[in-house]
Amino acid sequence: MPESGAHWRKTRRLTVGLLLVWLFVTFGLGCFAIELNAFVFAGFPLGFYMGAQGVLVIYLAIIWYYNRRMRQLDAEYHLEDE
Amino acid sequence: MMSGLSRLQRYYLYYTGCFLLFIATLAVLEQQGMPPRWVGYALLFFTISMYAVIGVVSRTSDVSEYYVAGRRVPAFFNGMATGADWMSAASFMGLAGTLYLSGFQGLAYVIGWTGGFVLVALLLAPYLRRFGQYTIPDFFAARYGGTPIRLVAVGAAILASFVYVVAQIYGVGVITSRFVSLQFEIGVFVGLAGILVCSFLGGMRAVTWTQVAQYLILIVAYVTPVAILSYNVTGNPVPQLVYGDVLQQVTRLETRLFDMPAELEARRLYRERADLYAQKIMQLPHSLTQERDQLSVRINELKASDAQMRDIVALERQRRELPLDPEQARVRWENAMFTAVDRSQRPIHHAEAFPGDDPEKQRIQQINFLALIFCLTIGTAALPHVLIRYYTTPTVREARESVLWSLIFILALYITAPAYAVFAKLEVLSHLAEIPIAKLPGWVAAWTKVGLVNIEDINGDGILQLAELSMNPDVIVLATPEIAGMPYVVSGLVAAGGLAAALSTADGLLLTITSALSHDVYYRIFRPNASTQFRLVISKSLLLVVAVLAATVAAQKPGTILSMVAWAFSIAGSAFFPALVLGIFWARATRAGALAGMLTGMLLSIYYILRVEFDSIPWLGISGFRMEPWFHVQSTSAGLFGIVAGFATIVVVSLITRPDPQAVDFLKRIRYRNGGGHA
Repeated sequence: MPESGAHWRKTRRLTVGLLLVWLFVTFGLGCFAIELNAFVFAGFPLGFYMGAQGVLVIYLAIIWYYNRRMRQLDAEYHLEDE
Repeated sequence: MMSGLSRLQRYYLYYTGCFLLFIATLAVLEQQGMPPRWVGYALLFFTISMYAVIGVVSRTSDVSEYYVAGRRVPAFFNGMATGADWMSAASFMGLAGTLYLSGFQGLAYVIGWTGGFVLVALLLAPYLRRFGQYTIPDFFAARYGGTPIRLVAVGAAILASFVYVVAQIYGVGVITSRFVSLQFEIGVFVGLAGILVCSFLGGMRAVTWTQVAQYLILIVAYVTPVAILSYNVTGNPVPQLVYGDVLQQVTRLETRLFDMPAELEARRLYRERADLYAQKIMQLPHSLTQERDQLSVRINELKASDAQMRDIVALERQRRELPLDPEQARVRWENAMFTAVDRSQRPIHHAEAFPGDDPEKQRIQQINFLALIFCLTIGTAALPHVLIRYYTTPTVREARESVLWSLIFILALYITAPAYAVFAKLEVLSHLAEIPIAKLPGWVAAWTKVGLVNIEDINGDGILQLAELSMNPDVIVLATPEIAGMPYVVSGLVAAGGLAAALSTADGLLLTITSALSHDVYYRIFRPNASTQFRLVISKSLLLVVAVLAATVAAQKPGTILSMVAWAFSIAGSAFFPALVLGIFWARATRAGALAGMLTGMLLSIYYILRVEFDSIPWLGISGFRMEPWFHVQSTSAGLFGIVAGFATIVVVSLITRPDPQAVDFLKRIRYRNGGGHA
């Protein structure tokens, strides 16, 4: 099934890309929290804010985007769901 | 508006309405003079009977319904059920307390426990759903083949889940004993009944629908008190939006309070006390006899003079309560020393990242912050009771959507927890610190009585210094209703929420353990031709046995149970995650590789925990093996090494063994062929 091969390659590329975003956001915060805390956002030190809310919202966005792209890919390659 | 909702959504809307109405009625009754204890009983009885009704209505004798709720759970509701399944008594009561105590450092839990769902969404949920069987060991057996790997997976699943379920039942005991004053052991068995009504008759189907009901109660209970508190303090009832300003207030108070002369004095006195204990420990056993002799001398002096009988009795009690032997004295005095050392430390600023006196200490904090996030993330993505929830959706697409819903419902609590901590800190810094002890707010005395708050006037000035106050983490969530001056019914609501969190998680875990035993061990290995009816009989009996076993262990009040839960993440993460992910994404991963990797990862994590945390195992007769942590990593992050070792072992061993020919077909099926799940 060459069609499915292309579907899988695209899925894999999407997954790796989003994982890199996830990795950067999660561990980037851990590495630069002191520096981020120098800024203030909505009354919060930025580093604290990212840990308490910002990063979590980015997580939601990652999953939302993944679901959207996968829906499009499934439709493109006629992968019907059961 | 109602027509846009599905039938199920309407049901749960009515249910939520009913519950709120019930709370309102209780509030009115309480004002009319109903005693708080009755309010507690009414809430306990009402919520548990709701779960029981759902449990009985969802009873089933169909295998697919019993193990995976017939794969008919819509994404939205599966998300809600996963939320309740995931958020345990520890999230509900402990998280806000941890954030209170450790400030920024505690955010590792918030990040780790939510970040894991990104991994679930991207790497696991869709593939597990397309695979479409019943348990996680099923997946390993199908991908890698063979009984040994199934057994290893069953072992790891039970090891990680059992301590976790014991902790939940323990939590139920704590909540019931505190709020309706049942005896702890009786509370544990009330909890057991609450768990069994949900899962015994209907398996996964009943657990799913009670979990949805439990989620609704726990989230209302969690958000209400802090919203009211936020309204009282800032005039805005959405704490998540406004606690930034409160945090600034806290920081200002911290700067003012931390270095006041009285605080420095109190901390110095604690340091001296710690030194004293250290000396006494050094001079054991001599110091113990000396202490006993001194007390005897004083008692005799008092008896000779005409001192008051009361003083003599007090001193005699003190002598009676001295440690019996040097070994006991060492344990007790070491604890006292560590407590004193803790209190002698300068408190940390709440928002400060990686606090420490020198760069070396800051680096250690940072390493542990990152390591903890890593372990919690991967542990979250590997806990079997969460993963099996994604078998229950109708389609792969709904499995993906339901991860998004899960995270949304989980965020509702995790975004609120840091606000709880900051509001509690404001209360402590502005209404407790540097206030005469006789004039402290009423909630302090109430929680001191049950031992969750501890106050000691070490410098004898009659004023509370920060160093003189210590709080059990659970108290933050439990006491917030009283801090905000709310009636008892809100405290009861919090208790009902904590109960819902504990029961829902316990049910998910219990089902994981029993399916591992009944489906994987009994049906797949011993009796592949057992009739479906008999399989369910076995499953239900095992559920009963495991539940009673867990309640019995919980009734013993095992002391280390809470840290054991943190270890469950490391164990599950290192046993399952590498083999699952490589199994899905790397066709070359072989059976030998997976087996070796799972065992290496899991055993390395356990080894690290044991050697860093303990010095001896009495019943094995081993002692003196405590070691220095590697790279300063605490035992709660043991999985860091286990997971890395697991990945490395799978790759190396797979490359030197022959490829599995059937792996390619299997991967084709779970990657793009649909309709794999025949129940």
